[in-house]
Amino acid sequence: MQKTALHQSHIDAGAKMGEFAGYDMPLYYEAGVMDEHLWTRAHAGVFDVSHMGQIMLEGAEAMALLHTITPSTFVNTPVGMAKYTVLTNKDGGIIDDLIVTKISETKFFAVINAGCKDKDIEWIESQCPETVTMTVLKDRSLIALQGPSAEKVLHETLYLDILGLKYMRMIQIDELYISRLGYTGEDGFEVSLPSEHAPTFWERLNEHEEVKPIGLAARDSLRLEMGYCLYGHDIDEKTSPIEADLSWVVGKDADAFLGSKRILAEKEAGSDRKRVGIKILDKGVAREGAVILNENDDPIGQLTSGGFSPTLQASIGQGYVESNYISPGSKVKVEVRGRKLAAEIVKMPFITPNVKTAKKA
Amino acid sequence: MSGIKYTKDHEWVMMDGDVAVIGITDYAKEALGDLVYLELPDEGKEIEKGRDFAVVESVKAASEIYAPVSGEITEVNAQLVDMLDDLGSDPEKGWIVKMNLSNKSELEMLMDEEAYQTYIKDL
Repeated sequence: MQKTALHQSHIDAGAKMGEFAGYDMPLYYEAGVMDEHLWTRAHAGVFDVSHMGQIMLEGAEAMALLHTITPSTFVNTPVGMAKYTVLTNKDGGIIDDLIVTKISETKFFAVINAGCKDKDIEWIESQCPETVTMTVLKDRSLIALQGPSAEKVLHETLYLDILGLKYMRMIQIDELYISRLGYTGEDGFEVSLPSEHAPTFWERLNEHEEVKPIGLAARDSLRLEMGYCLYGHDIDEKTSPIEADLSWVVGKDADAFLGSKRILAEKEAGSDRKRVGIKILDKGVAREGAVILNENDDPIGQLTSGGFSPTLQASIGQGYVESNYISPGSKVKVEVRGRKLAAEIVKMPFITPNVKTAKKA
Repeated sequence: MSGIKYTKDHEWVMMDGDVAVIGITDYAKEALGDLVYLELPDEGKEIEKGRDFAVVESVKAASEIYAPVSGEITEVNAQLVDMLDDLGSDPEKGWIVKMNLSNKSELEMLMDEEAYQTYIKDL
């Protein structure tokens, strides 16, 4: 199993380790999932996400490459802005979801999922024109600091000048790429840095009284409350961004990207099924794979993610249902070990995000 | 506590006269983490040793609780559903079901207190 540069730090902190995408990763620390989750929402949590892939695309046609492999457009994207998007295949399915940041008009930084790293790199390489160089930043780690105190903590512990940084923007400070974004719905940062400095960086953050290390289990419950997709569960090579309710990633005039035929047709006419949020009203917890039923007990879909929401103290999930059941408020049932739990379709995110948007700042 | 028998899956059985009282140990409860829901069987249900008869949900996962002995469920501790903190080694508060045993000799195959403590020390 592979290890991140922070592996020993996790063990020293008493983490329960487990395998994720070929890496031995912290699932939770001594505080436990529930406390870690609530701590992140109230203070600041620090996450080792170094298992994720970091790549740099550089060259005159780097932007054109992105316009082929993703449905997004980067023409009017300001330098330093990060965008959530998807890599699509020729059939309009999703190869991976990722964050792409424009470093310059000819240089882009991307963070891809750990479990998709190898196939993504191979795929992008196969699509790469000769003028574009892809560099896999193997010697970099990625640390996420998330929560309402994140800005204060980053400023106080590392004296980094990030106070004016806006949501979905990146700045480079020496060897650090600091992006104001995350996977929790809280204000926060993801910091890419050379792995040799990662343990010290991690330690410094953890010394702050408002910081606790957070494992992958709470990372999952935090992202679920936000209705974010987990690749391989909520989206995969069969699902289109339209079905996944990610039509907003499709750029306004984008039409030449891979899979555009299906994706644009679905954008126009709608898809047969759509990813929705589901809240369980009865007692019980519904998890991935649970069958969603209509009021006549006919199956209409399946949960692709599901679990207990520490914030709402209720079971929530997401899944795909036929298009006549997607309206928020639609009454459905979810079958858990033979019990049919009352549930309803709800809007995502399940809770109000707390990110630093231009409006609130 | 003497007289209480344990399984390797961390269930306990205490005999109260002819009635077997069944629960899970504090060790199991700790390992499960933050508990959020308990799914109980119906009274009158026949259960077989080693088969699951209840499910405890934590934030992390759903975990089945296995019958340490075979028999018929005579009583279910329905209060536990709203008092998940009570689940555990305390037989007064933490019991899950009471049973009439169909095969008392099954008790002899379980661990006593000392053996169980030694067993969890090595986990």
